[in-house]
Amino acid sequence: MALHKGRGFACINYPIGMNLGGDPSQALVHSTPDGKFMVTLSAIDLGQGMKSVTRQIAAETLGVPIEDVYVDTADSDTGPHDMGSFASRGTHRVGNAVIRAATEARQQMLEAAAEELEVNAGDLDTDGKGNIHVKGAPGRSITVSETAIAAQFNQGRTLAGRGIFLIPKSDVNDETGEMSTVTCFAHAALVVDLTVDDETGEVKVDEINSAYEVGRALNARLVEQQLIGGAWMGVSHALYETTEPYYPERDHGPVDFLGYQMPGPGEIVPHNIAILERPAADAPFGGKGPGEMCANPVLPAVANAIYNAVGVRCDRLPITPEKILRGIQANGGARPQARR
Amino acid sequence: MSSVEFRKDIFADERDDDFNEIGKPRIRQDILGHVTGRSRYYDDHLFDGLLHMRCVRSPHHHARIRSVDASAAERMPGVRRIVRPSDVPNNLNTLLSLIGFGRDDEPLIASGKVAYRGEPVLVIIAETEAQARAACNAVRVDWEVLPHVLDVEEAIKPGAPTVNETYPNNTFDYGRFDHQKLRFGDVRKAFREAAHVVEAEYQMSPIEQAPVETCGAIAAPETNDRYLCHTGTQALFFSLGTTAKLLDMPSSKLHFIGGTVGGGFGGKVDSLTEPMAVLGAMLTGRPVKFQWDREEEMQVGAPRGGERWRIRDAVTADGHIIGREFTGFFDSGAYTRLSSYAIQKGTGHLPGPYWIPNVASNIYCVFTNRTPATAMRGFGITGVDFAIECHMDRVAETVGIDPIELRILNSYRDGDMKPHRRLAKNCALVECCQVVAEKAKWPISQEARSASSLAGSSPERASIPDTAVDEEGKIGDRRNREIDPAPAPGTKTVPAGTRQPGEMKDAGPQRPDMMPDAAALGLKRDQASAQRQMPAAAPSARGAPQPVAPAQVRPAAPAAAPPAAAAQPQPSAPAAPPAREPGPAPSTGQPAEVPYQPDKPFQRGVRRPGVSPFLSGSRRR
Repeated sequence: MALHKGRGFACINYPIGMNLGGDPSQALVHSTPDGKFMVTLSAIDLGQGMKSVTRQIAAETLGVPIEDVYVDTADSDTGPHDMGSFASRGTHRVGNAVIRAATEARQQMLEAAAEELEVNAGDLDTDGKGNIHVKGAPGRSITVSETAIAAQFNQGRTLAGRGIFLIPKSDVNDETGEMSTVTCFAHAALVVDLTVDDETGEVKVDEINSAYEVGRALNARLVEQQLIGGAWMGVSHALYETTEPYYPERDHGPVDFLGYQMPGPGEIVPHNIAILERPAADAPFGGKGPGEMCANPVLPAVANAIYNAVGVRCDRLPITPEKILRGIQANGGARPQARR
Repeated sequence: MSSVEFRKDIFADERDDDFNEIGKPRIRQDILGHVTGRSRYYDDHLFDGLLHMRCVRSPHHHARIRSVDASAAERMPGVRRIVRPSDVPNNLNTLLSLIGFGRDDEPLIASGKVAYRGEPVLVIIAETEAQARAACNAVRVDWEVLPHVLDVEEAIKPGAPTVNETYPNNTFDYGRFDHQKLRFGDVRKAFREAAHVVEAEYQMSPIEQAPVETCGAIAAPETNDRYLCHTGTQALFFSLGTTAKLLDMPSSKLHFIGGTVGGGFGGKVDSLTEPMAVLGAMLTGRPVKFQWDREEEMQVGAPRGGERWRIRDAVTADGHIIGREFTGFFDSGAYTRLSSYAIQKGTGHLPGPYWIPNVASNIYCVFTNRTPATAMRGFGITGVDFAIECHMDRVAETVGIDPIELRILNSYRDGDMKPHRRLAKNCALVECCQVVAEKAKWPISQEARSASSLAGSSPERASIPDTAVDEEGKIGDRRNREIDPAPAPGTKTVPAGTRQPGEMKDAGPQRPDMMPDAAALGLKRDQASAQRQMPAAAPSARGAPQPVAPAQVRPAAPAAAPPAAAAQPQPSAPAAPPAREPGPAPSTGQPAEVPYQPDKPFQRGVRRPGVSPFLSGSRRR
């Protein structure tokens, strides 16, 4: 009886957004009288950071500090239509709508500032710190706040913008499967190191090394959190979880978290991540949305590592100790494969 | 100990990283509320006189409802209203009717028969949840149990019981067929030419999205004949539209508030609780909460469906995969929900991130007598990726080649034709493989290290071959005779080069001034215009060989310093870095901000002898 080390690899790509389109998102941006900006959406923040990423996108596009932008979302009376937070579509679709809305609002802002400074709007730029200045002449400037007050109380002008992003729905040919799918794909490759106990069949995942290509990491910390959490979910899916342990029979289904096995925080695997960024032309600042794809490569990499450790192919999820032991038994003992 | 590094050196020539806010590790707008317990989730909204809803659910997989006797329940303390199927104004819906996909097949409350264990047949509204539960237990249903089917391949055999009357053959309809086909080239020919044929079957398990906050909604009458609904939905207008349809009311009468959600992972798209809560508020004139308990979340709430995949690969002696055939079954459960769409998403994803000249796939959306499946993180992709990537290792072992080198050898590259007849672009699989091999100290060959996603395509790889197609599996045929579910041999040929015009493209900004230029978005190389040249070079006529300009062929760079500053045709970019038009002023001489690195390593929970690793974060060191 022994512990066997194994190493497995998998790599994937992932389509961003509803694959055949037809999923619009809208955004509205308007300024308060003192030059702060409100982004109004009906997108949902599931904890993935929808509000934070759209806030950064709006601040960047408007050219104002992030503190001066607030995102209000998911009141159907005020927020314009959005399809929802699924299919990794939030950052891509809503982000693009926010860019458009913020671009229009920025244009209004620069026109109002131009009137105050008596220059052309095209000659103005923002410094990202709350000021608007004449290009090449930073001394000739006005604050965003003064601009908004002037627009509201002197000029009778709104600093507002609307944005929508829609990829029109397309159909699938029933004979060949020809279709115009989304063209924005994220990528990942991942190596799992684990240990299999050939006496108990238990698997301990020791380490994950990964490379994720996300177009652009719009918020570095949110991406890090998504990837670590996603890998945890992948390990859980591969080794522990199922609502129907005897699928396709429905017996013995768990009804609470005592019966539904998931790893705890102590089993979050040490994970060394490399983030690559190849921006997608149709994505907001090139960012692709890592939300869904990050769990995907973990499942096969775990299965491949178990084969590498003990020579058992586990093609049915979850890979329970029982399945591994039965495999070892059928093989007449553990059969470690070549170390990598 | 975990770590994060940003490989800014890779694809550096395609990016401008000079931003004020983008890319920065900004703290979440809502995190302080979350960690101090002040964020208001739907269930934190308090109403005087709130009523509670519970469902009477089917104990059977498949049964006819002879009668429902709620007379005892009606007289129980606290019971305010019994809700029957006839109380639902429009008691048949399918989620994707909002984008015109599929036929209405699912009632909000079942009448006549149930098709899965847990399906609601009656709803009770009471003053407290306990009273509602007690009243549900007092309802007597006279069941006539029917034969059921739980396995996807049993369900498509002749004589299997019909699960869902809207789709009497137990399969969703895709055009003329009972499955979604994908055909590219001729896999039969590839299998004849192959040195190895590698075949295996993979089975995904149904799993639970497992959000901390279970699905639910609170609805209350507002003034002006409107209804307010606080909800944990993942898709506000999806839920609103579904509610308006089921309750046959103008959507303007509904005011939905959500947006702060305790975890979703796909399970909160289904919009089951919102129509029920609003219906309750309509029928009682009082605020009503409909919230699943954990058992409902796990056993009635839709899981990730069980998927079954069979893959058959034709491989040359040197490891090129020249043909790949898929047979896939999505276990949709009793109703469609979203599985039908996931199958088309999965079809567009095949054969994974590889260029394979002959691909055939049949995927079935199968109705069985189980809880309907729905979306979950990676929907339509996770299952087939598990199958593909396990299979790649099988191929590597068969051929005797390193698993990473096999992937890089077969990887798709910029400009390759995908089996759904559109060109690949913006690829990065090769680079991910190289970086992770380096990180994990997994030795790979010099050839694999010097490959690039930008190079390696060719006119052949960019073309659409003669394609064998068949007419097997027309809707209803499987009812009469057993038909092999795998892709059948071709009975005719679609000529090389055949494709409809059109690329997936967004509708564009409403007005031109609503879109900043590519430079302002940090896109240095105008990929869009690079791509636009491709179809121009591609053959529009049938037949002729396809001299498509492949992706920019460039000298291979070593993996350590990939694409970086190497010469790159830049169709529109000027020699100097383009000035960002509506961007911030150039920084005033101070060094560019250092790329984000975590300030301290990610901490995990307790890992001490004798201490459970399942302890919550409150005990973290």
